[in-house]
Amino acid sequence: MPKIFVNDKEIEFQNGMTVLQACELAGAEIPRFCYHERLSIAGNCRMCLVEMEKSPKPIASCAMPATEGMKIKTNTDMVEKARKGVMEFLLVNHPLDCPVCDQGGECDLQDQSLYYGFDKSRFKENKRQVKDKYMGPLIKTQMTRCIHCTRCVRFATEVGGVTELGAIGRGENMEITTYLEKSMESELSANVIDLCPVGALTSKPYAFEARPWELKKTETIDVMDAVGSNIRVDTYGWEVKRILPRLNDNINEEWISDKTRYACDGLLKQRLDKPYKRENGKLVESDWDEIINIVCSKIQETEKNLIAAHIGDMQSMETINSFKSLLEKIDVNNYEFREKPFYINPENKINYIFNSSIKGIEDADCIVLIGANPRHEATMVNARIRKNYISKKTPILSFGNPGDLTYDYTIAGNTTEDVRKFINKENKASDIILKSKKPIIIIGESALELDSGQFILESVKKFLLENNFINEKWNALNILIQNASSVGAIDLGFLNIDKKNNFDFFKKLSNHEFNLLYFVGSDNLNFTKKNEFIIYQGSHGDRTAQIADIILPSPAFTEQDGLFVNLEGRLQKSVKSTYPPGDSKEDWKIFNLIFKNLKNQDLFQNFKELRKNTLEKVKNHSDFDLLPKTKISKIDSGSGNFMNEPISIKKIDYYFSNSIARSSKTMSDCRAIRSKNLKNKTGS
Amino acid sequence: MSIKKVHDEQPKNFEFSEENLKLANKILKKYPNNQKKSAVMPLLYLAQNQNDNWIPLAALKYIGNFLSMSYINVYEIATFYTMYNLAPVGKYFVQVCTTSPCLLRGSSEIVKACKNKISSEPDNISKNGMCSWTEVECLGACVNAPMIQINNDYYEDLDLKSTEKILDSLIQDNPLKPGSFRNRKNSAPENKTLTNGVKNA
Repeated sequence: MPKIFVNDKEIEFQNGMTVLQACELAGAEIPRFCYHERLSIAGNCRMCLVEMEKSPKPIASCAMPATEGMKIKTNTDMVEKARKGVMEFLLVNHPLDCPVCDQGGECDLQDQSLYYGFDKSRFKENKRQVKDKYMGPLIKTQMTRCIHCTRCVRFATEVGGVTELGAIGRGENMEITTYLEKSMESELSANVIDLCPVGALTSKPYAFEARPWELKKTETIDVMDAVGSNIRVDTYGWEVKRILPRLNDNINEEWISDKTRYACDGLLKQRLDKPYKRENGKLVESDWDEIINIVCSKIQETEKNLIAAHIGDMQSMETINSFKSLLEKIDVNNYEFREKPFYINPENKINYIFNSSIKGIEDADCIVLIGANPRHEATMVNARIRKNYISKKTPILSFGNPGDLTYDYTIAGNTTEDVRKFINKENKASDIILKSKKPIIIIGESALELDSGQFILESVKKFLLENNFINEKWNALNILIQNASSVGAIDLGFLNIDKKNNFDFFKKLSNHEFNLLYFVGSDNLNFTKKNEFIIYQGSHGDRTAQIADIILPSPAFTEQDGLFVNLEGRLQKSVKSTYPPGDSKEDWKIFNLIFKNLKNQDLFQNFKELRKNTLEKVKNHSDFDLLPKTKISKIDSGSGNFMNEPISIKKIDYYFSNSIARSSKTMSDCRAIRSKNLKNKTGS
Repeated sequence: MSIKKVHDEQPKNFEFSEENLKLANKILKKYPNNQKKSAVMPLLYLAQNQNDNWIPLAALKYIGNFLSMSYINVYEIATFYTMYNLAPVGKYFVQVCTTSPCLLRGSSEIVKACKNKISSEPDNISKNGMCSWTEVECLGACVNAPMIQINNDYYEDLDLKSTEKILDSLIQDNPLKPGSFRNRKNSAPENKTLTNGVKNA
């Protein structure tokens, strides 16, 4: 490996590194504004100047490739003087408004001016004033503060895949704006707030809410989709003030989707804080003793095969496990976690997870989507696919039309017949995948929901096995699960299916064959009430709570500890970051109360016992935050019926996909603007 | 008003004329198919020529679609380069060079003339709509300083009087002939008989 001298210290670096990266390796910290590890290099802030031997001028280390034998100094007088000069220029037009700036306390410019700033200004002329720009409901702008690092522009173009941000004008008149000040049409747009090193782009919903040092920070994970992005929840009192991404190269790198970031104001609204019962058609406040009595007597007087249970999209594995234990002990066999009847095969873990792993997408040399819209179903997975596409121009094929995915793809077919031909090596798409070495096939829930859902999953798996695309080193079979609780629920067996009948629950539900329905946090189920008695246990007064006869308030995902398995099968801990409002009780405690009332026994003694019990049931569990150990089985699960039908990808109402998002004002603003933009587009 | 800011009143549609479309396609042929956007600058210039010396938003959009570029990228380029006008200019667009050589030879007098004859502020169109003027950086005719550019022509070796004459002619829509106003031939010495350079302009 080549060597470089940083401050007379010799270190080895990898070919292709820049001087700045080599200096970091040597432990010399370099100040920077425009440079960012995950974006292209711009070299326009000049803050990273260092001294290089034989160069009369300091060099911008972020843009200079490191070469063998270079001698770099980062701590000389010349370097300090140069950086001070740069800082003085940056501050020439920067307003002195830190006390009223939301970035204060976490501002790169503020921090670095501590080391390189002058105590007074020599600039006597008028400072420039820039008109603030409109960038949608999430991003608040104060463009006078902008130092033109262009990180936001590069992010939008490279990662977000929307070329809507740009720098107009030149020199002193340069301004960052969206085209004609429209809001950005990206699900990743709010990441530019984190990227902005100054207070030019700040968070609109969080404006003037709190200072960073006042907030309690909890590192946890997100449950808005099945990706399990790593997040940090910042709370002030019991209120969740904001959600920020946490670095995890395996999952979300350092971005999160707008829904993850901004649905948090939904945690403050529409909350269920007290038990309710329905009397004469109206919901009336009640207390725990009374409500548990009603629930238990209802359970006792109903025949057990007429009781059904459903668990929602954001429930932790502990909730699912304790719920299942309760149901089993009272002989209830109808339970389900799916919101739509899509085919699953729980026999082996590889049948229902994203086997290639999210990071593995980067290695893929061919990507096939079958009935999936990763942009809305798993935004961070889509960002990875785009990353792969940008760096390698990988061929991407899609069966079904998912619309704009922020990268180019070819539609290889629109019907299940096309998929069948693809598997039988009868069309062009098969040639492409057979030529590739590390292909990825992503099957969406929309495809599994078709009548040929079973056929698609099983025959694609068979095809991949036959062509050695599923082996110890590479597994090309990927199911794109949409809900955070789904993989955990399959692991724990929270579904009642046999080989022939995958959708018994849904049939009975729509035929109104159940008398008592117990819903835990399920608000997305397509269901109309007839004569059923409905118990709803959850955090938000959303769709199901409105038709419920009994409401049991329980905490939202930020308010109780829990385990979640993401779509790759990675087991992660969600940590309690704040406490729930009112009288709500943790889910497992409610099940305990019910069981105690029925059988005078505890379901679980304490949370520790519950977690231990849950961990034992996780399939192929290796360790927290790691991919599961999977075994490849060649059991033939039958190929299912084939029917030639169009593959229509079900549109999800992205900003309104769960009860928290539906309660959030920010999300409904985003949704209104998106649908308005859509109308304008089709109108013109 | 600034000609670098998007104008308030915009035409709804823009399309290349038949002739310009042919030219545009000819320009496109110079670049490989996957590098189409390299043609953005000549196409913007074509659009400006076609639309009375300024580029409307519709044209930016049209060119964006024409080259499969995002609108913001076309917009960035159009705002970056000073010679693209984003708001209407007069039929005769006067660009006064005020860079050092012209300044030393008296370009401030010329600016004064423009202020008197056309409009007190640059970029505003004169009352009868014939003229507008602006200050520009070096136009590369320093040897004939001071000078102005009117549409595509250079008017050189000026002073206050000759400039006023020129501006009057513009306002009456009857422009004078371009070239040197001290009867120099191109940039040759003013008085050929004196070769020792004493009296040269």
